[in-house]
Order: sequence, then C-alpha cells, then structure tokens
Amino acid sequence: MKNNIERRRFDCLVIGAGGAGLRAALQLVQADLHVAVVSKVFPTRSHTVAAQGGMNAALGNLTPDNWHWHMYDTVKGGDFLGDQDAIEYMCRAASRLVIELEHFGVPFTRLENGRIYQRPFGGQSQNYGGEQAARTCAAADRTGHAILQSLYQQNLRSRTHFFDEYFATDLLVSEEGVTQGVMVIDIESGQPLIIEAKTILLATGGSARIFRTSTNAMINTGDGMAMALRAGLPIQDMEFVQFHPTGIAGLGMLISEATRGEGGYLINKDGERFMERYAPHALDLASRDVVSRAIATEIREGRGCGENADYVLLQLHHLDPDIVKSRLPGIRGMSIRFTGIDPVDAPIPVFPTAHYTMGGIPTNRKGQVVVPLHHAPEEPQQGLYAIGECACVSVHGANRLGGNSLLDIVVFGRAAGNHIIDFLADNRFHTPLSEASIEQAMDHIQRWDKKGEGESVADITKQMRVMMEQYCGVFRTQDVLDEGVEKGRELLARLADVRLGDQSKVFNTARIEAFELENQLEVAMATLLSAAARTESRGAHSRLDFPDRDDREWMKHTLYYNRDGGVLDYKPVRTQPLTVDSFPPVERVY
Amino acid sequence: MIRFSIYRFNPDKDSKPYMQDYQLDESRLEGRKMLLDAILLLKEQDESLSFRRSCREGVCGSDAMNINGSNGLACITPLSSLKQPINLNPLPGMPVIRDLIVDMESFYRQYRTIKPWLMNDEPEPEIERLQSDEERKKLDGLYECILCGCCSTACPSFWWNPGKYLGPAALLQSYRFLVDSRDKATNERLDELEDPFRLFRCHSIMNCVEVCPRDLNPALAIHNIRKMLLKRAT
Ligand SMILES: Cc1cc2nc3c(=O)[nH]c(=O)nc-3n(C[C@H](O)[C@H](O)[C@H](O)COP(=O)(O)OP(=O)(O)OC[C@H]3O[C@@H](n4cnc5c(N)ncnc54)[C@H](O)[C@@H]3O)c2cc1C
Ligand code: SF4
Ligand code: SF4
Ligand code: FES
Repeated sequence: MKNNIERRRFDCLVIGAGGAGLRAALQLVQADLHVAVVSKVFPTRSHTVAAQGGMNAALGNLTPDNWHWHMYDTVKGGDFLGDQDAIEYMCRAASRLVIELEHFGVPFTRLENGRIYQRPFGGQSQNYGGEQAARTCAAADRTGHAILQSLYQQNLRSRTHFFDEYFATDLLVSEEGVTQGVMVIDIESGQPLIIEAKTILLATGGSARIFRTSTNAMINTGDGMAMALRAGLPIQDMEFVQFHPTGIAGLGMLISEATRGEGGYLINKDGERFMERYAPHALDLASRDVVSRAIATEIREGRGCGENADYVLLQLHHLDPDIVKSRLPGIRGMSIRFTGIDPVDAPIPVFPTAHYTMGGIPTNRKGQVVVPLHHAPEEPQQGLYAIGECACVSVHGANRLGGNSLLDIVVFGRAAGNHIIDFLADNRFHTPLSEASIEQAMDHIQRWDKKGEGESVADITKQMRVMMEQYCGVFRTQDVLDEGVEKGRELLARLADVRLGDQSKVFNTARIEAFELENQLEVAMATLLSAAARTESRGAHSRLDFPDRDDREWMKHTLYYNRDGGVLDYKPVRTQPLTVDSFPPVERVY
Repeated sequence: MIRFSIYRFNPDKDSKPYMQDYQLDESRLEGRKMLLDAILLLKEQDESLSFRRSCREGVCGSDAMNINGSNGLACITPLSSLKQPINLNPLPGMPVIRDLIVDMESFYRQYRTIKPWLMNDEPEPEIERLQSDEERKKLDGLYECILCGCCSTACPSFWWNPGKYLGPAALLQSYRFLVDSRDKATNERLDELEDPFRLFRCHSIMNCVEVCPRDLNPALAIHNIRKMLLKRAT
C-alpha cells in the first residue's frame, strides 16, 4: 500500500491558509521558492475571516502612540508571562506591516485625512498605563475578512501553489527527529498523499472548539498542535484559554470588543454598569480576562439577567445609531439574525465564551519550533516552524489583548518566511523519507477503516465539549480540574471503540471529523493537565483556590508532552527584550 | 417533527442521485434556529450525509446550497422561514462531488480571471496610500463578498455560457478594483471586460441580487461597469 502513495516535493510546505499561513507563503513565493499551501478548507474560508475588530499598531492616527507603549500594554495584558523579546519585535514591526497590508489592498476604514481609522480596544493605554489609546486598525467590523482576502489575492498574483481541501494528518519525522514531510488526505478523493518538504510551517490555527460554547469556527480543532504532540514535541501554556467577555449568550457567536471600543458598555440585571466596580479606570475596556471574570462573578452572585439569571447585557443603544450602522454593520446584522435584537434599540445578551488559545507549539521569534533538548530549554528543531494561533511564541502570555492576534499572524508569518529563506540557502536537499514514519502515518489513517459496531464520533465530541466547559471554564479549582482529567481520560479510552458508520472515500466529512476528534482530545488533555498543575491565578487562568499570582514559583512556561498519559515540564520566561529595559512584574490594575 | 427532502449522491456507491427523506425532532435543536443546526443534527443520525460548513455565522461562505429552490447559506437561514418538507439541493449547474457538495472550480477560475488584486505600480509611500472616506465608501457593498457562489450559480447566463460569462461574483469583484481609488489598472481591466461574453451576457435577471446572503448587489456593479465602458468609449 505505502509504495503506491503519490508523492509531491516542495522547498517549503505551509499547512494552513489563514492569515498566518498566507503571509508566510507570500514571503516565500516572492523569494522564488517552490512553496505549497495545504488547507482543509478553501483559503478564504479559514477562520481568520471571522475576525471583526481589527489589528493593533501604534500608527498614532487618532491618539498619540508609540510601539513602546504598545509593548508595555502587551506585557501587562499577558500578566507578565509573555516573552519580551518577541513582544518587542512584534510591536516594533506593527506599523510597517499594517501599512504593507494597506499596500496589498486591504480596504481599511479611513479618517477624514485619508489615513487608516483606528479604534480603542481593551487594555490599550498611552504613556504606560495612562489615558486610553486608539490603536486598533479596522476595516469596519470585518477586518479579518479584508486581510485574509487581500493576502489570498496577493498569493494568487504570485502563483503560490495551493492544495485546497486537503487534510494533514501527521508530520513525517526521521529517526533523528528531523521533520521531512507531511501525510495529507485529499478530501475529495479520500486518497492519501505524501508531501516532502525541506521546511514545514504549521499555521493551523487555534483549538477553542474543544469547548461547547465557542466563538470559533467548527474547523478550529487544534490539528497542528496535536500533530506536534504525536511527533513527540511539547505544546506550551495550554492552560491559558481566553474566554471572550461578549459571546452571544448560549450560542457563542462573537460580539467584538469593537462594540465597547465605540462606546458600548455592560450592565447587570439592576441596570448597573458593573465594570465601574472591577476596573474603575479602564471600565469596560479592561483586558479580557478581567471583564470575563467580572461577568462570571456578577452571575455567580445572582445579578445576571433573564429567567435563569445566566447572562449580562451589552448596551449600545445610547450611541448614535449611524455610528453603530457604519462602524459595526456586521455585528449589528449578527445580533439581529441570531437573537432578533437590533442593538440600535435594545441590549444584547452576552456571556464569556471560549475564544482564543494562548498556548501552542513553542517557537522563538523567528518562528522556529524550539524544544528542550540536550543543553538548553529552547533548541530549534531543524526545518520545522509554527506561527499564528497554533504557535506560542509567546507574545500573548497568559492573556491576549484584542487586536494583537491579527498582528501576531502577519508579523511572525513574515518573520518565519524570512528565516526559511535563509535556512534553505544552506540546506538545499531533501533527505530520504523515513519509511517507519510513513508506516505509522498510514496506520493512523487506516485506523478509521475498522469496521463494526461502536461509539460514534459525534457522541464523544459532544461529551468532550460539555466536559471542558464544566471542568475547565473561567473559574477553576483543583477538585474540579482533577475530575476533568479523569473524565478526559475516560473519553480517550472510549475513543478506541469509536467506529465510522460511513467508510466511503469521496468527500467523507465524517472521517475528517474523526481525525478532528482525536486532535481535540489531545489538546483537551493538554489543557486540563496543564491547568491542574498551575497552582496560581495568572491572566486567563484563574484558580479560586489560588487567587493570587505567584511570580516566585510560577513565572514560567508550561510544556506538555503526550507520552505516558501526559508529562509536564517548565521553562523560564524570556524577560529580556531586544533593546529596551525589561518590564518587571507588578500588580495588574485597570 | 421537521421534515426534509435532501439530494443524495455518493459516487462510491450510487449510480445516480436520489432524494432522501429525513425527520428531525424539534426538541433536539435546544432552541437553536438555523437550518445548519438542523442538518448538523441530521448528520449525527446519518454520518454519510455530506455538506461543507465552518464558521456557522455567515462569514466564511462554506455552506451555500439550494434551499427550497433558492440559493442561500444554511447557517443564516432560519428554519422558521422554510416551508416543509425542506428541500435541499446542491448549488445548481455545478458538478456534484457528493450530496450537497459541488465542485466550485469553475466559479473560482472566473474569480481568478479578473485579476482580483490591487494593481498600482507607483512607488510605495512610507505611509498608507491615502484614500478619502468618500473614496473608501465606494468599496462598501463590494469588498464584503465571501465567494459563496450563491449568485453565480443562480444566474441563467452563468449556466448557459460556461467558462465564458464571468458571472455576478467575479464581476462584482472586478468592479471592487475598478472603483478602488488606489488601483491604477482601470483601463487594462476594462479592456479585458470588453468582450461579447465576459460582461455582456448579463440580462439583468436579478437572481443574483435576490440570493446574495450578504445583501450585495452584483447586478448594480455590472451596470456600473457598463457605464464605465460607455463613458470610456465617448
Ligand atoms: C470571532 C473571532 C473574532 C476575532 N477577532 C479578532 C480581532 O478583531 N483582532 C485580532 O487580532 N484577532 C481576532 N481574533 C483572533 C484571530 O482571528 C485568530 O487568532 C487568527 O485569525 C488566527 O489565524 P491563523 O492564520 O493562525 O489561523 P486560521 O485563520 O484559523 O487558519 C488555520 C488554517 O489552517 C488550516 N488547517 C487547520 N488544520 C488543518 C489540517 N489538519 N490540514 C490542513 N489544513 C488545516 C485551515 O484550513 C486554515 O486554513 C478573532 C477570533 C475569532 C474567533
Ligand atoms: S442580473 Fe445579470 S448577473 Fe445577476 S443573475 Fe441576472 S444575468 Fe446573472
Ligand atoms: S456576491 Fe454575494 S452571493 Fe455572490 S459570491 Fe459574493 S457573497 Fe456570495
Ligand atoms: S458556515 Fe460559514 S457561511 Fe455558513
């Protein structure tokens, strides 16, 4: 069987056609490299399309601003877990890269003077914690759509090779640990394909679909992270899951922070603007972990709205209706469609909703995957790269600021592209593929050809999502997390008994969902075990039994390996920036 | 019970397509209201039922299909708006790969044909290329297209002139670049449209406008391109 599998060869293979993958691919194709992009959906359907509010850069088009203030906000927003060299690199590059996107054709909203419109977002300040800044560059409330389309268009122009609707299952790794290629399935034909590449870049996006109520697209199943785990690599800081304060209650669709940036605010059942009590200065634009905890606390203490007192309200109807219609048209449409409420007239029911994966495959600021090997905690894996939401570089630390992810994906997309170009200049040849790794990858694929009666993919998926929501939500305690770990292990054990009812080849989406379930369970276990071990509260990880941040013990990154039922290791935070002074940890107030 | 009649075809085992009836117990929806919610539950009953989906909020363009005779996105089509049995078919006029999944290549090819990227050879300024608010507003109603294919596959001219007529989606995108004040290839773009088939096969049948889930108006864009061509000729 394995000898008949078709093979293709490229200098670089990018897995993922979201903003991160496409930005990297563009860098590579423009350097005349032979590059291919694999995506399980047509590129413009990648999840980046859903990003609403915008992308941060200290252009200073509206308020005074500079990259160093942006850096400060990002370090503080991440609760001092972010790596400050990477953060400096990102914030310095931001303005240039937004302008580059504009030159690529992104239809940013404009100011009177013709420059890019910027809106205030959570956690943004002037002068290291002073007045609110307006740093988020926006194309109405469809910024992700606008960026993704422009990047795809530029790749079309440069003739990047696309494998649309191909699903990557496993990395192919040599006995020496060098990544040599990837096993993919052509979804349309159902046939496996081996793609050999001298360099491989993972850009497979986040995994917040492991939670029942989620702002994420159904395809955000953590495939790249799970592929890394199966290849024996660790994933980092998985306990840090961002719950966005304003998902539509019960449904999960995102109502962007842009609503609060434009002047909206949250109220409880008494009509009280409760953020005044939690963040007297920044109010509704405190960082996301703070606002989500505030909402969860209001509800726990009985001040939620509705029959079951299980949500709060986001009010916009005090704003000029024309502003709502012109700057937030997509969100208004979404609210009308899914809740029947026009925010111009009445407030929207919202609840903290799983949104973003701060953790991911550990990398340095060049996008190289780094692991503890012999001598150092961060040794690059030759030829293997990761960027975007599937990676952890770590610029977001324990809590991402809104608008920093679209920035992250273009900054590190470009940086990884550049490093790959350099790497390929010295590494010109493919190495012979390891037959053992092909065999292993084929066994994995054929596992789903097993026939007979068994459990269903849908059942286990549903139970996992409910479990994660119940045992690994906004507030966490040891007992609950430990119980979650047990439940997760039970689900993993049951996975062995799952059978596919549909064994056909052509466009078998059930089979894809089975692979995605395996991946999600890997990521869920990483999240639970990392969370159960971290006995402090930091950023998005809040432990009722350990309410304080503990810098002496815990200012370090978690590394999780999936061997032996889950093994944890730790490595220090890179507190030293590239050129400026380090921002030492201080208490975080908004 | 909600009743469905769904187009089925699996080339692995079916020699020809057929319609299959399904029923869904409403309580299983747990309050969710959209057609996509329902067919996801049907897929739990019958794993083999196949369709594309991703964002489940109308922004990715994956789940375009023909719903009771009209093209739309399942994820933003309320069940309450649909007469039963709900008839689901693949997008018309496209080769079916399986069930509700069609081969979109001909649609994408037309999109690529119009060179959907900003062209401007002038030296890049260090800051953004300035664009007034007014100029930028001309892109509203154009840049939001999610390439779902609802419009083109509802357009009779697109069916009757395969590969020749560009179709509403591609023409809408063409106009998006024609009116972008930053794009400098207006003449070149118009030259390529001045052809008996590419543009002029639109007979203002307006199906495209009726079905667009983003409320865009390709017919108007096409009309405006014609005006640009006329103006250039005089
Ligand atoms: C609703 C919403 C709104 C947001 N708004 C903002 C915002 O305003 N500002 C901001 O900065 N951030 C925002 N974010 C976050 C931001 O959009 C994402 O973090 C970012 O777009 C991720 O980009 P990416 O390129 O890493 O991944 P994605 O865009 O998710 O792309 C992943 C790619 O990988 C491919 N892929 C995955 N697995 C496989 C596989 N097994 N085989 C083949 N291909 C695979 C997919 O097909 C896809 O092409 C938002 C997020 C959400 C959910
Ligand atoms: S108006 Fe033109 S493009 Fe639209 S459906 Fe009719 S013929 Fe097709
Ligand atoms: S114009 Fe509307 S219907 Fe046509 S592809 Fe774009 S979004 Fe879909
Ligand atoms: S699932 Fe994305 S548009 Fe319907």
